[in-house]
Amino acid sequence: MTYHNRSILIQQILKYMVMVAMSVFALAPFLFLLLSSLRPGAQMVQNGLTLDFDLRTMSLEGYRILMNYSEGLYFNWYTNSVIITIVQTCVSVLLSSMVGYALAVYDFRGRNLVFTVVLAVMMIPVEILILPLFKLTILLKIIDTKAGVILPFAVSPFAVFFFRQYSMGIPKDLIDSGRIDGCNELGIFFRIITPVLLPAFGAIAILQAMGSWNSFLWPLIVLRSNENLTLPIGLQSLLTPYGNNYDVLLSGSVLSIIPIIIVFLLNQKAFITGLTVGSVKG
Amino acid sequence: MPGSFFSRRIITQKTAPWIFVSPFIIVFFVFFLYPLISTFVMSLQEIHGPGDVTFIGLQNYRALANEQFAHAIMNSAVYTILTIAILVPLPLVLAVFINAQTTRLRGFFKSAYFLPALTSVVVAGLFFRFAFSAQETAFINKLVATIGGTPKDWLFQRWTTMFVLVLFCTWRWFGVNIIYFLSGLNAIPQEQYEAAEIDGASPFQRFFFITLPNLKAVTVYVVTISVYGGFAMFAESFTMFGSARSPGDIGLTIVGYIYLEGFNFARLGMGSAIGVTLFVIIMTVNLIQLSFTGTFRKKGN
Repeated sequence: MTYHNRSILIQQILKYMVMVAMSVFALAPFLFLLLSSLRPGAQMVQNGLTLDFDLRTMSLEGYRILMNYSEGLYFNWYTNSVIITIVQTCVSVLLSSMVGYALAVYDFRGRNLVFTVVLAVMMIPVEILILPLFKLTILLKIIDTKAGVILPFAVSPFAVFFFRQYSMGIPKDLIDSGRIDGCNELGIFFRIITPVLLPAFGAIAILQAMGSWNSFLWPLIVLRSNENLTLPIGLQSLLTPYGNNYDVLLSGSVLSIIPIIIVFLLNQKAFITGLTVGSVKG
Repeated sequence: MPGSFFSRRIITQKTAPWIFVSPFIIVFFVFFLYPLISTFVMSLQEIHGPGDVTFIGLQNYRALANEQFAHAIMNSAVYTILTIAILVPLPLVLAVFINAQTTRLRGFFKSAYFLPALTSVVVAGLFFRFAFSAQETAFINKLVATIGGTPKDWLFQRWTTMFVLVLFCTWRWFGVNIIYFLSGLNAIPQEQYEAAEIDGASPFQRFFFITLPNLKAVTVYVVTISVYGGFAMFAESFTMFGSARSPGDIGLTIVGYIYLEGFNFARLGMGSAIGVTLFVIIMTVNLIQLSFTGTFRKKGN
């Protein structure tokens, strides 16, 4: 019996050692970046990321430089990112929910075809389309604009899939009662169904916002002029050791992750719901 | 209400689904199907500028028989295999640990593991790039020196670069995969464990004969998105080297090569041929994997 207890104890200790080690692995980069942003950026270029943090020499100088950098360029990027994230999230959630709802609720000719197309789009990486998409944005004159970033991804096939699954659970009676009350089909969706879908909206909105906020490849291609860049692309453009670039890069990076971390800590449940809808159904 | 009669004539149960679906159809045709077809067409062309286009047949594809493309394919394939080899078992074990009723601070661990997924690739790249700097003073080289190793030029050699990229990917995504596996674990009927316990199955037996088989669907899903993400990898390497170029192409991926041909050399035709090749690779791998895991088999067989 004592032998058995001891082996359970050892198992538990090993388990916690692994879990704590992985927490350190996950969290240490945040701490190191935060601390690095409190000392001169030139130091990191010269010595790499070092751990000899000395509280006496740390200062908010990097953040002061960031505020004054190139007439507030960083705030341009921040504003661009906020606008693109909000618009893209709203548009995509609205349009995708309409598609998902229609696929789940109506029995119309072509339904299976549309659903197959949704699945096919999910399977094909958009990365292979960057060159023709780039040519298309020039043709449509939306290159270097927010519309150029948003329009190609105005409907998310993943979100459509999610809303389809979610809408299958809507009772038919609810829709029929709307019809009896004289609502037209669009009215039924906007007045009766959207409140029912609210939790799904939350989950997908958060996931979509996270994707937009951090999106890299497509904005890198579409956005050309400095004042139009989003945060990730703007920060990326600073990756040359020129002037105070690294001071701006470090403090700017830290400020760029704060909003999304706050949103996450306040809405963890919604993150998890949004992520897991596709995985469990075999 | 005069408008109501009109709108009820237009918006019927027949037309409504098409009204709902139309935004998707438009976006699909304009921003997906058209570019997809034009990728195939462009891959057969030499494009000098708008309107200045020559049809050159399969010449772009023949030009792909070069060392650079071989590096890109190798790097993407090795990266995909290594990330799957790590990002399936590690998150699975951690999910089982978190899921155990006796584990304390479960909420903390779950959140801590998920936080990296929230960072943009640029911010995360900043840490990895400078933690793995070549200087002896840099974090990782210091660490290597304290355990008696020799400092390395991490981002100048093929295998060390791959190591950094895979570690980078692991850091950002292991928490997300834990969430997937946790949702899979929650779906396992508790009675199976109770029955096994009555039969005297050890914790390891329970893991191998109940937990693992029940997680098959989730595992297939995780592997599928990992294949997709692995072959489509671009940003991690781009932030590590500050551009799509890297010394000796040690960080070049297939998408990186598309970017390089398209935007650094303005050879859109060549870039499209790479895109078509990637399309074929992804479809092949997906089909092999789906038929291997039995997704195509009819239910009931």
